[in-house]
Amino acid sequence: MMTAFWAVVRRDLLLALRRKTEVLTAVFFFVVVAALFPLGIGPEPHTLRQIAPGVLWVGAMLSSMLALQRLFEADYHDGTLEQMVLSPTPLPLLMAAKLLAHWLLSGVPLVLLAPALGLQFDLAAESLWTLSLTLLLGTPVLSLVGGIGAALTLGVRGGGVLLSLLVLPLFVPVLVFGAGAVEAQVSGLGAQAHVSILMAMLLPAAFFSPWACAAAVRIAVE
Amino acid sequence: MLTVRDITCVRGHRPLFAPASFELAPGQALHLQGDNGVGKTSLLRVICGLSPAHSGEVLWQGRPVREVASSFRQSLFYLGHALSLKEELSALENLLLDAAMAGRSLEAPQALQALRELGLQGREHLPVRVMSQGQKRRVALARLSVSPARLWVLDEPLVALDVRALAQLRQRLARHVLGGGLLLLTSHQALSLDLPDQPVPLRSLRLEVAR
Repeated sequence: MMTAFWAVVRRDLLLALRRKTEVLTAVFFFVVVAALFPLGIGPEPHTLRQIAPGVLWVGAMLSSMLALQRLFEADYHDGTLEQMVLSPTPLPLLMAAKLLAHWLLSGVPLVLLAPALGLQFDLAAESLWTLSLTLLLGTPVLSLVGGIGAALTLGVRGGGVLLSLLVLPLFVPVLVFGAGAVEAQVSGLGAQAHVSILMAMLLPAAFFSPWACAAAVRIAVE
Repeated sequence: MLTVRDITCVRGHRPLFAPASFELAPGQALHLQGDNGVGKTSLLRVICGLSPAHSGEVLWQGRPVREVASSFRQSLFYLGHALSLKEELSALENLLLDAAMAGRSLEAPQALQALRELGLQGREHLPVRVMSQGQKRRVALARLSVSPARLWVLDEPLVALDVRALAQLRQRLARHVLGGGLLLLTSHQALSLDLPDQPVPLRSLRLEVAR
């Protein structure tokens, strides 16, 4: 059963390697947004430190929304989802594999890049750590919750807009507590409470999202 | 043993075909016929469990498919209109990853053999993207040779194949049926599975438009 899980992860990573532009677009978007803000706002360190958590987190959120649309799209059109539904392996497991691969491709690069981009905002070392930690906990939530939206809007015309409308309200709490944690760290309050809340969002999302995706995909291929 | 009892499909308040019933025992093949739009594909999708039936039931080994979903899916091979091939991957990679995703182990030599059987030697490592329509279908059909499934449900498997590929596919289907497999396919072409030295029974069933 786990062979099928890892096969799906391997396949999605291999596919991403063959069509790099799709993955790079979302990551590049994040880099550009985060890099342009200091240029536009000016070199006042105090202002930059103050806006840093919000800018970086909004950039990460929009970038992962950009990546969401292609999560199930290709598999839906070429019939792979049908084969997954008919596979002897439980569908939620295959969905979990797809979500994991998606996070590895869209979330992990953000976690790794964020500290470098945070330097431009004159963030202190502890704040950079907090930023990476919150992204490490928050981006999987974005992938997991967004995955449900992506599965629900499969085959819908203009699904991209609908997807954004659907998942944006669900992304807001992640944004609030993710950026809030970095802000709290910058102002010296400590980020522990925010990080705990992010963790509390991640665990149920990781548990329920594969099931919800599986149900939505079953409806989509019907 | 696959039993289909009084299956009906409804699309937009309109029944597609008159209730369909048949039985398929090991070593039997059924050729599903009918006009365009009568619902052949819909019926196959209901039998596989992709879409729900409006009424009627599908039994596998005498029990409703819903109850024995896991063993049914293990015995099922379904080829629909979408071939579920990844354009960026090579024919060989497609075959290997497909098997791995179904939880089966497949060695590269076996997969290469299956591709060669369908006349794809020398093209095993080409990305599917650059292949012709017929070659893509051959890659999809090469899965048959490495599939341990007993029930093959094929939706228009003969489309876009040339004469030689057609002969190879017919032989493969005939061997499956003679080996005790179950075969259910749709096609608009007249089809015979007879091998040169052995007749292979192929029943046909015509779906009629519901009144």
